[in-house]
Amino acid sequence: MFLRIWILLFLVFLSYTIYLYINCDTGRQIPVERAVVAGRDLWQKKNCQACHQLYGLGGYMGPDLTNITRTKGENSTAIFIKYGTGKMPNLQLSDAEVQNLVAYLSWVDKSGTSKVPENKVHWSGTYLIDTKQ
Amino acid sequence: MKGIFKGYILFALLMLAATLLFGLLASWVFLYPQSFNNSFPFQQLRPMHVSAALFWIISGATCCTIFFSNEAFSVYNKSKKGIHAFIGLWIVTIITVFIYYFRKEYGGREYWEFPSWLSIPLLVSWILFMVSYYKPWLAIANKKPMYLIMWATGILFFFLTFLEQNLWHIDWFRQSYLRELTVQWKANGSMVGAWNQMIYGSSLYLMVKISGDKSIAETKQVQFFYFLSLTNLMFNWGHHIYNVPTANWVRHVSYFISMTEWLFFISMIRSFRSKLDEYKIHNHLIPYKFLSISELWLFLNLTLALMMSIPAINRYTHGTHITVAHAMGTTIGINSMILLGAIGYILRIEEINKREKKLIQYAFTVTQISFFIFWISLIAAGILKGYRSVELNMSNFQEMMYPVLRVLTVFSIAGIFVVLGLLLIIIIYLKRLWMIRTEAFGSK
Repeated sequence: MFLRIWILLFLVFLSYTIYLYINCDTGRQIPVERAVVAGRDLWQKKNCQACHQLYGLGGYMGPDLTNITRTKGENSTAIFIKYGTGKMPNLQLSDAEVQNLVAYLSWVDKSGTSKVPENKVHWSGTYLIDTKQ
Repeated sequence: MKGIFKGYILFALLMLAATLLFGLLASWVFLYPQSFNNSFPFQQLRPMHVSAALFWIISGATCCTIFFSNEAFSVYNKSKKGIHAFIGLWIVTIITVFIYYFRKEYGGREYWEFPSWLSIPLLVSWILFMVSYYKPWLAIANKKPMYLIMWATGILFFFLTFLEQNLWHIDWFRQSYLRELTVQWKANGSMVGAWNQMIYGSSLYLMVKISGDKSIAETKQVQFFYFLSLTNLMFNWGHHIYNVPTANWVRHVSYFISMTEWLFFISMIRSFRSKLDEYKIHNHLIPYKFLSISELWLFLNLTLALMMSIPAINRYTHGTHITVAHAMGTTIGINSMILLGAIGYILRIEEINKREKKLIQYAFTVTQISFFIFWISLIAAGILKGYRSVELNMSNFQEMMYPVLRVLTVFSIAGIFVVLGLLLIIIIYLKRLWMIRTEAFGSK
């Protein structure tokens, strides 16, 4: 009996996992350009996630950057990245690297909005987010 | 057991010491980044602290699993070569990880920020461990004690979640940022459940040993809670990504499953009186002290987790230090306390002299009091940030963080005492490890 329950649960888990991989993103696909890939690699290589968040996930030293290109604009974002701020070190990036990071952040921005507005909170406590962007 | 196992305990304890020292330094760098940006910047210290914590917990958990499994069904004696190979490759790879961190070379993702090729030797070593473990495990006729099932479950799911955590190397997963993020946090969330299976399995085994009552590991209630925690391991990771605009059912499933944790909560309250009686009988034992305090931390962190699992509340807590309070509350308060209790049992810490016992008692008290202040400060900092960002809708990050940093100063000061208390315990453990004869391991 114990083994049967275990196997059944494991099969549900496997099915759910596969279904999730395929269907978790219901929005339209946003093309991944070469600059986005380069920016993404740089994001990991410089460990930007240690201080910054995307969708609230990451370190809390600096601000969430999910929608930074939308709120501050791509040019201002590029200036911040290039020269740093009082707290943020100057990472000595080339102009091309800065542009790649901005391209990556713009791509992330197109995937959605980090903050959930109050009107998306359902009475049951859950969110009902419009996922068709 | 061989000296290599002693070396593995030493390695695990040193990882804990490294976690504490990197963490302490990181907390002050967080407050005064300008002073450290050219030497030890936060983006270097954070992965060092977090990876050391992960490796302490996983190494500590496997240490206890190997030792207790050897007592239960001679796993070590039957698979010496495989386990030695696992320990050797595991330690060498982790040391390499830290060499890369010291050189400021990264490439991975959150919690696993080292260059990603290092995941290969980590995976190979885990496979060696799995093979060495499951061979004698499968041959056991009586698998009734639940700790046997819990250890095996933890080992299997660490393997699965580690694989899943590396799926980002496949381009298809990275074509959609939402998919990539979902899979990453599904793996991270479930991995915590995997090591918890190993740690709680050891805790259960230890309770059987301390109480002398074998039946406590074989009841229907233990089986029920095993399945409940396994279900949570599989499906309750969504609170990490409630705000990510994935399909709504992803949120609903996680929210529903997370609410089943109320059953743990109710069970803890119901068993409070019997735990208190148990505490009065066994409190003089050092390993028991650690186990019993872990239950208090479990209660506090479960309460916090239940709150954070409600999306409407998560809206205020996500992306704030409340998440850190939960992470540190569980890794220090629950996992580390159980592991220190279990390692204390392995080292037969009861045999140390009176003076050292008093020192452990003193360090234990300092750790718990300062850790409570530490934990509360993080929650206070989180509430403040949540209120200022969500309710006041502040967009200037520096302005929003100004009062938060003042609260975090209390956290950093309390952190000094947490580190001092735990380091003192580690030093006494290391001294005991040094004194204990290699052959004496496991011969009870």
